[in-house]
Amino acid sequence: MVEVSHLTKKYGDFTAVSDLSFTIEDGLIYGFLGPNGAGKSTTMNIMTGCLSATEGEVIIEGHDIFEEAKEAKKCIGYLPEIPPLYPDLTPVEYLEFVARAKGVPANELDEQIENVMEETGITVYANRLIKNLSKGYKQRVGIAQAIIGRPSLIILDEPTVGLDPKQIIEIRNLIKSLGRKHTVVLSSHILSEVQAICDRVMIISRGKLVAFDAPENLESLMLGEAAIEVKANCGKDVIEPVIQKMDFVTEYDLSEDEGVCTAIVRIGENDRQKMQAEMFRIFGENAVPVFQMTPVKASLEDVFIELTHGSSEPDPEPEDEEVPQEDAEE
Amino acid sequence: MITVMRHELNMQDRSFSTYLFGFFLLETVGIAAMIYNINNKMANFEYCLSTITLVFVLIIPIITMKSIAEERKLRTDQLLYSLPLSMWDIVLGKFFATLINFMLPLSFVAVYPLLFKRYGNVFLRTSYGSLIAFVFLGGALIAVGMFVSSLTENQGIAAGISAVLIALNYYSMDLANYTSSTKQGSLIAVLIFSLVVGFIVRQLTKSTAGGILIFVILAGTAGIVYAIKSVLFEGLVPGIMSRISLFQRFYTFVNGDFDVTAIVYYISVTALFLFLCVQSLEKRRYS
Repeated sequence: MVEVSHLTKKYGDFTAVSDLSFTIEDGLIYGFLGPNGAGKSTTMNIMTGCLSATEGEVIIEGHDIFEEAKEAKKCIGYLPEIPPLYPDLTPVEYLEFVARAKGVPANELDEQIENVMEETGITVYANRLIKNLSKGYKQRVGIAQAIIGRPSLIILDEPTVGLDPKQIIEIRNLIKSLGRKHTVVLSSHILSEVQAICDRVMIISRGKLVAFDAPENLESLMLGEAAIEVKANCGKDVIEPVIQKMDFVTEYDLSEDEGVCTAIVRIGENDRQKMQAEMFRIFGENAVPVFQMTPVKASLEDVFIELTHGSSEPDPEPEDEEVPQEDAEE
Repeated sequence: MITVMRHELNMQDRSFSTYLFGFFLLETVGIAAMIYNINNKMANFEYCLSTITLVFVLIIPIITMKSIAEERKLRTDQLLYSLPLSMWDIVLGKFFATLINFMLPLSFVAVYPLLFKRYGNVFLRTSYGSLIAFVFLGGALIAVGMFVSSLTENQGIAAGISAVLIALNYYSMDLANYTSSTKQGSLIAVLIFSLVVGFIVRQLTKSTAGGILIFVILAGTAGIVYAIKSVLFEGLVPGIMSRISLFQRFYTFVNGDFDVTAIVYYISVTALFLFLCVQSLEKRRYS
């Protein structure tokens, strides 16, 4: 478990991170999301002991990162934004150094290196110099370095930046598999990535935490109430009276285009799945030729834009104070 | 520390500059030995060591320039910071690895006196005493080089600054003769020194007030001392300059005197610069 409380980092007059507090529970994948320059890397650097904080504390598995640095750092595997690799070493030599530095006992060394290389898929290149590896494989060596020594917490700073689409998918799958054994914190400014792999999302803007929740909850938070999109092969006049019959519909909006009528139907606080089934029944009874029904979701993208809105403008007073942080106390 | 040392040795073994360093060291010792001991048939091996001390100006930067600058350039310093290692583990590990790579070529050199002994009367105690002092002198210079390397991420600049510092130290005895030995001259020099220290403090802490405070304290103390007992300033600067010379102390060993205070001095300089090196690394975390 990691507890970050009232973390502040100032560079001269510039505040990179401002009074950041959150708790990271074991066994989940956390996504740290924010626009460039929001303070993601700074926070991660402080959490891993690479950078000092101006104020606040970071407790990792009961150890303060500043006071008991060695104990705290033993619980962490960290992959910085630029993988810290020695180009003139082979992955095996590199991992051996990191493992020894993390205090892996000599009799477990070979076994752990082998396991980690297998897990990250670099066994084939075990004895090739790191400088001769492709970017994707360098990233894998970086991840291998982070997970060797079996730390409980793995922190990855933008692990997929600069990779090709195939490599991105591979690294994502790798991170997902890591999430089964470790607590993972990764930062990204790619929303779909966070949506695809993370159990919890922390959105940070201008050094402040503006949201902290499961991705689904953040999406529904945006939408306010559930909505369903209905498409039918008929005119507005056919579908409108049927929708009006449905007493659970709070609001609707119709449009027609080339013989296809689209209705966005809002159903208030009702259970979406039940209401969708009910709607389907009523449309069937009234012989409305419905061919598609889709729940409308706000994407994480909308949440992100809403919460970090205007973060590039030099506005001294951020308007994101009121956003719920329900999971922070979980 | 052992982990870092082992890693550093592994890294240095692959680096061209380590071999270049060994090559220069062995070559210069070899040439000096050939001229003094073989061609001129002198029985004193230590003269050969004292002749080549100037070569440190060239070879110490070669072996130390990468030390920390390279880590910063490759961003591997972030790895070192995030591993459960203390700054002292890192700095001492690197220092001893470099020292070992300095001593390896010297282990060949250590055979020379024995070799010469077969053909004449070599005084082995002075020879080996000088060789031991040579290692301590090298260690102190390596610490200086490492500290300079920790200040920048550009190896070239690190090498240049180390070379200048070592050269200044090498010639500090000669330069001492050219500096003013009057009390006024010394006072001005101390004031300038205070100003420089104040400026460095300001640069490091980004606090103008702190810099001025340090300058005022140093300059004020110098002024008060000057007012009370100005005779202390007589010949102060040349005195300091000849005392800080690492090389001058080495010649005592060559002259057949195993000077323990000089060894203590070398160890102190080594410790001081390694300490500064640790501070320089720590400072990066507080930037």
